[in-house]
Amino acid sequence: MKKLINTPGTLLTDALTGFAAAHPALDVDVRRRIVTRAPTPGRVSLVSGGGSGHEPLHAGFVGPGMLHAACPGEVFTSPVPGQIHAATTAVSGGAGVLHVVKNYTGDVLNFALAAELADDDGIEIATVIVDDDVAVEDSTHTAGRRGTGATVLVEKIAGAAAENGEKLAVVAEIATEVNARSRSYGVALRAGTVPAVGTPGFTLAEDEMEWGIGIHGEPGRRRGPIAPARDIAAGALDAIAADMPLEGEVLVLVNGMGGTPLMELYVMFAEVTAWLEARGVRVARSLVGDYVTSLDMTGCSITVMRLTGTLRDLWDAPVETPALRWGR
Amino acid sequence: MMDAARTRAWLTAAARLINANSGHLTALDTAIGDGDHGLNLRRGFEAVTAEATGDTPGAVLKAAGNALIDATGGASGPLYGTFFRRAAKALGDAPEVDDAVFAQALAAGLAGVQTLGGAAEGDKTMVDALAPAVTAFAAGGDAAAAAANGRDATESMTARKGRASYLGERSIGHIDPGAASAALLFQALCSVTTD
Repeated sequence: MKKLINTPGTLLTDALTGFAAAHPALDVDVRRRIVTRAPTPGRVSLVSGGGSGHEPLHAGFVGPGMLHAACPGEVFTSPVPGQIHAATTAVSGGAGVLHVVKNYTGDVLNFALAAELADDDGIEIATVIVDDDVAVEDSTHTAGRRGTGATVLVEKIAGAAAENGEKLAVVAEIATEVNARSRSYGVALRAGTVPAVGTPGFTLAEDEMEWGIGIHGEPGRRRGPIAPARDIAAGALDAIAADMPLEGEVLVLVNGMGGTPLMELYVMFAEVTAWLEARGVRVARSLVGDYVTSLDMTGCSITVMRLTGTLRDLWDAPVETPALRWGR
Repeated sequence: MMDAARTRAWLTAAARLINANSGHLTALDTAIGDGDHGLNLRRGFEAVTAEATGDTPGAVLKAAGNALIDATGGASGPLYGTFFRRAAKALGDAPEVDDAVFAQALAAGLAGVQTLGGAAEGDKTMVDALAPAVTAFAAGGDAAAAAANGRDATESMTARKGRASYLGERSIGHIDPGAASAALLFQALCSVTTD
């Protein structure tokens, strides 16, 4: 294992220390592991969090137009209720707080306990569970679909709605709608390595790839020979379109998993666009880059969201965070 | 009979067993999960050892539950934390309780775990070890053996809850790490109640 770290045990603290120094506009409490910005009184605030190792998710999305707070856990381990509650309390502006939670058992349970603590303190909480990954089949017999790329879209669009002064119920409804209109599918060429473990989550031969991966180093649905970008895009989009008919205008996120050259992500984006436009689907908005990563995994995920005029306007609204900024 | 000292002895013994078996629990979790169960529980039970004190069995268990929820992370922190907190609530502030009352408290803890996590027996989770152990304890039987049998039975099951469920049938042939840690808890309990 070769990493730019001091020790695995100090990784999260060291990374937060650097994040704080690089982004002085944000409040970073390294000891309590929360990243916050000041709430606007009378407005809804957004809090998200989850295991570390998916940077820039979630701390990189704290800022005007998006999240008010992020609570990073240990690598691939959910944050704890007291930590989430501290973040919720710090950013409560009196109009309620939306918790954006990826659908993993640990995240869901810890955020549920944190919501009870907030309720005890008189802070109104709404929760949106993001579960966009179509690679998880038989979802009634599993913990349900995983939350992946659509998390960025939920946080951006719901954040814009909160910035507009919408009430908690409306912000939560918009967040739910974004999740319902989004689907994702991921592939890996090489697994990432958790620093405390020291070896990759799974091993692929030089000519193999993994289809239907998650973002925690868990194996995917199946293994196959490495394929051209065109076939990988088609395989992912076939799985997405089989689950949600694609039509009209869409937003496409081609997301790098942390160890993929941006050049290759643009190759994938070209193939995704060609596939969609050949079927009469117009790519109206796009995002290409590393947004929901899995440490140093090589590969990508493709997220497609069916747009409405309202969702497109909220996507276009100004945002100013470490990882996403435009329009200000 | 359980009093505060014996309750604390249970938790201390559990922490020792979790620590000694941390690598094994993590190895089980690497096969079908995300490979952090042993690391997380060891951190959680270190907090239990430091913080689970009190004058009654209920107070000790409540402090243990809070420590687990605050320190563990993942799904196991809230689930084991809820197990101890619900058991504590059932015990109230009695300074000592007989085994029948303690058995009812364990059953309340199990019910709390099932409500929070939504797992039934057969889903390949900690419930597969906890449920038979709680039943055996109530009947005056060997709860540690019942938990171990429940743990071993998870090997042939298909996971329907937690991160192993993403693997579907690829989870067959592996013991559930949560059932393995639950068996350690009852091994610890029997080590302080049978002497």
